[in-house]
This record gives sequence, structure tokens and C-alpha cells, in this order.
Amino acid sequence: MSTSQVSGFNTQVSAPGPFGGPAGPTVRAVHDQFHGDLLEVSMGPQHPSTHGVFRMVVTLDGEQIVKLKPVFGYLHRNHEKIAENTSYLGSMPYTDRLDYLCSMSTNWAYALAVEKLDGQPVPDRAQYLRIIMAELTRLLNHSCLVGFLFNDLGTSFTPLLYAFREREKILDLFESLSGSRMMCNYQRFGGCRVDPSPEWLEAARRLAENYPRFLDEYEAMLTGNEIMLARTQGIGRLNSTHAINAGLTGPVLRASGVDYDVRKIDGYGVYPRFDFRVPLGAHGDTYDRYMMRILEMRESVKILSQAFRDLPAGPIMDPKAKLRGFRPKAGEAYGRIESPKGELGFYLISDGSPNPYRYRVRPPSLINLTLLEEMCLGHTVADAVVILGSIDIVLGEVDR
Amino acid sequence: MSGRHPLLWTSRSQHPPLHFTFTHSTPTLLETAEQIRDRLVTRFPAAQIVLVPNPGPAAEHSLLLDATHAPDIARFLRDDPVLRLDYCSNVTGVDWPDKDITGITKTSVPDPAGGPPKIVEQKTVRRQPGCLEAVYHLYSMALKHGPVILRLCTANRIDAVTLPSLTPVWRACDFQEREIFDLYGIVFEHHPDLRRLLMWDEFKDHPMRKDYVEPDDYEWEPTAHGAVLERAKAHLTPATTAIKEGPKP
Repeated sequence: MSTSQVSGFNTQVSAPGPFGGPAGPTVRAVHDQFHGDLLEVSMGPQHPSTHGVFRMVVTLDGEQIVKLKPVFGYLHRNHEKIAENTSYLGSMPYTDRLDYLCSMSTNWAYALAVEKLDGQPVPDRAQYLRIIMAELTRLLNHSCLVGFLFNDLGTSFTPLLYAFREREKILDLFESLSGSRMMCNYQRFGGCRVDPSPEWLEAARRLAENYPRFLDEYEAMLTGNEIMLARTQGIGRLNSTHAINAGLTGPVLRASGVDYDVRKIDGYGVYPRFDFRVPLGAHGDTYDRYMMRILEMRESVKILSQAFRDLPAGPIMDPKAKLRGFRPKAGEAYGRIESPKGELGFYLISDGSPNPYRYRVRPPSLINLTLLEEMCLGHTVADAVVILGSIDIVLGEVDR
Repeated sequence: MSGRHPLLWTSRSQHPPLHFTFTHSTPTLLETAEQIRDRLVTRFPAAQIVLVPNPGPAAEHSLLLDATHAPDIARFLRDDPVLRLDYCSNVTGVDWPDKDITGITKTSVPDPAGGPPKIVEQKTVRRQPGCLEAVYHLYSMALKHGPVILRLCTANRIDAVTLPSLTPVWRACDFQEREIFDLYGIVFEHHPDLRRLLMWDEFKDHPMRKDYVEPDDYEWEPTAHGAVLERAKAHLTPATTAIKEGPKP
């Protein structure tokens, strides 16, 4: 059915609009009156598509976005200043609150930076446990992200609840190990806090073993969906040169075809001992960013099965590690890991006192938003919502 | 990749079929900070480049650049075929307040009575001026190495707080330099959009500075009690105080 039949008014085809918009059948009288007026819309901070308190000031020509300015700071609590006024260990539970979906990996990034600052070794078993926790977190984050992405596409909650069912199983494991579902506070400088029992390991191994079945089910429902393809393919394209220059990291960067995964580049922890592949996208659009998550989850399952197979016995804490009254030598260190959202870094300057002189979080969520405007230009508001969903932000980390 | 739905490939979509590659990366070695410094000195003879050692176990030394040459040096580092530092990972603001350095000078004064000379200790206090610093962590995505750490220092902390923005070189600095402008008060020249990032536009001070004093009513509570009430009293008019504390017998 053509547009002229729907409107039932004037069926004449107009010339392209003054902003180079597409020509199409329009009602002339109304069109002349409004054409050329730009409309500024403030999306957020309380908007369901922004995943928290984030605001986008969008300038629209009709339904097309001609300008988009992100506004931050609604969740700002000056995390860095608070950390400068407390001991090194005192900030560890607070790092949980940065990326509150992935507290295990955030803990690890901070522990890694402090260990680099102080030159502390970590026992093998703790390294494997860290990888298990980080990869479980990646599974949890990516499956939830895909659920949220479909929420933004308009499939109210069905995919998200499937993801939450799996997430709940992982959170149950985290709770039985660390005492808390989301605020795990699990890593320590020089190791981990609790050693999992054989039963816990067996349960986690079974979970990882069954995860591909969930992924198959999830993909059967989502990946080939016609609406999904129409709404995501070719939307929010990002070329690799711009992405690198803007410092984008994680699945968003790799969807544009840039081969950069900190797990491979830095080989932190014991990742070099693991056999896994890094998926790369070809088009850099929203669909590729979705596919990145699915493929990364399949690789995470491979890492997990290797970790459960090779997990050595031994201590989980370096015997010389000192938690209370911890004073690293003067110096500085920048430690970074591949968190599910991108490169999460901690930069610490120590002056030899019990609290850091400077404590800086390099938040992947914030820096991945640098090119949000470029991705959204020329698309509709509904597409901007999906593009934002595919970037994967957590406001606890964006605003700190 | 099991489980891909066949519908994907028979879709009406005109999108070319997806192609995912799987790779193993291999990290390569990097020039040391000294070698980079030496190369920069020969390339930019007028620039002042100081190697700042990192005494900690990480031993990642950094290069302190002078502000005038910093954009040129940054562009050179980005485009240099040996380094190709195309990725600016992290930009950090650091506040170094003025520091009093106490030195003791010893002078020997001859004894007029003819005894052994007396040693007089004199304390001298030298004020080391502070500065605001921006630290850039650079990596190369093309050659997969890093980090190279650059530092830029302002002349002081009060009125000469400008630094050249490196956002034209690396777009990644955009939000991070805005954040430093917001929380530390470094003004980045030639930044395309220098506004506060996290605090609101009307906010006056720079809260990450070491000498920042928070307003005493920052812990505002609708029904204040204890220490917060004591602080809040200074801001309450007598009428509201009476309401808060209830009628006096």
C-alpha cells in the first residue's frame, strides 16, 4: 500500500526538502508551514531507553536527527575524590558500584592496578578464579545487554526475561561465593577473598556447559528475526579509523573490524594460557555490535571450560600480601583489563601514604559515547535508542 | 558457530552477508621512553622534553612536554611509522599544590674567644610552586604496543591554567579533557566544546583539587539531625530553626 493511499489527501510528490531530506508525497499546505523548523527534544534523564539517568539533547528535522548532545553527571558522586580519601582496600567495595552489572571484573581491574603499583605476585589458583569470575560476568553482561537491546527495539521484556533467567543462575553462584549477588567485593590485592568449594565449582562448570543451549535458544528466537534485521542492519555505522581515534574499545570497536582485545594484547592474568578467538565485525553497524556479544559469549564458554579443567590447587592469596595498613611504594601504575564493556583502566599515583594520591577510573562506557552523535546523525529517534542500546553503557560508570 | 538461524541468510534484507574473522594477536616490542625522548629531541630541537622516571615497580616512565610544542609532538607520535600511537586510552588530571620544602643550612661561626668554631643551623623554607598536570596514556592499536605516557603541566594553579588541547589529535580526549576542565579547572585551548561534563554549568569551583573545601551544607537532609543538623543551623533562618526543633516549653 503506497503512502498516497494511506493519507487520502494530496498525492503530489514534493521536491527534496531544504535540508536535503528525501522527497516524498506530502500534504503541501501543512508541509510548507512547518518545513524547516528544527525541533529540540530532551530525551532523559528519566527515559526508559537511556538505561539510567542519562540525557540526550536531540535536534530533529522532521524525524531525522541533525544534532545530538549527550548530557552527563546525574549520577556523579565524585568516586575518585572519595577513593583519594580512603585506604587502598577501602575503595575495593566501592568499585563494585562503578559498573554494577559487572562488579567482579571491576574489582579485578582495580586489584590489577594496585598489584602493578606494588609489584605484587598473584598465586595461580587465584588467577584462574579471577578468569572464571570475569568470564561469568561477561556472560551475564552480554546476555542482559542483548535483552535490553531488544527492549529498545520494542519486544517488551520477553528476551530480557530469558536473559534474566540465566543471569539469576550466575548471580546465585556469586551470592553463594561472595555473600552478595551484585556487589561482590571478591578480589583482593594479591588474590581472591574466598576459595570456592568443589560443589560450587561443579555447579559453575555445569552452568557453563549448559550455556550454549541457552545461547542457541536465544539466537533461534532473535538473530534471524526480520524486524531485528530491518532495524539494525546498516544502522549506526561506524568506520574503524574514527572508532580508533575516538578511543572506542570493547565489542563496539571490534564490530568495526579492529582487532584489539586487551586479553590478547596485554595478556594479563593467565589469559595467554587459554585458547580462545576474538570475533571481529565487518560493517560496524548495530547488527554487528549485537553479533559481537553473541560470539563473545560463545568464546567465554570455551574459556570457562578450560579454566574449570585446568584450575590448579593451592593458596588463593599471596602469603606476603598485606591488606590492612597497606602502603605501596611511591610511584604510579596504569592497569587495564578487557571488561565486558571495553577497556577498563585504573590509574594510581602513590606517594607512599596509606591512601592513593591520585585514583583515576578510565570508564569504557563514557568514552564509548564519544561518537554517539556521529552514529546517530541522519537516523530517526527510534534508531538512536537502538544505537545507544548497542553501545552498552552503565551510568554508574559513566558518571562515577 | 552452531545454532545460527537459517532465516538470517534467507532474509529479504539487502545487507551483504556477515563475515566474522577470528584472529590471534601478538604483542610487539616498543622503544623505551629514553629512545623516544632522544628521537623527539632531534626532531623538535626547540622543545623541552624531560624524562620523568617512575620509581615504582611498574617502571613506566613518562615524558614531560612543554605546552607550546605538545600538539606538534602529539601529532608526530600519532603518525610516526615506528610508534603509530593512534589510540589515546586515558587522560588524567592531577593536582600538585604548592609545597614548602624545608632545608637546613649549616654555617660554622668562629668563636671570638678562640675556642672551636660553633656550627649554627639555619632553617630555610623554599616554596615550590604547584601546578595542574594532565597525563595522557597512549597505545598503538595498529602495532599493538604501549603505553607511552605524556605529561603536560600548567604554569601555576591560579591564573595560568591553560594547556593545549589534544582533542584535535585524538578525539578520545574530548570527554576526558572536559572532565578535567570541570573537576580540576585546566582550560584546554582549541578544544571544540569545552564545557563542564559532570558538574552543572553554574557550579563555581573545581572539586577534585586538593584544596577544595566542600560547602558545609553539602549533606542536606530534609529532617537533619546530629552533626548534619549542627552544620545546617548556620543556613537556617530563625523561623525554620524553630519549626525544626519544635516548640519550646
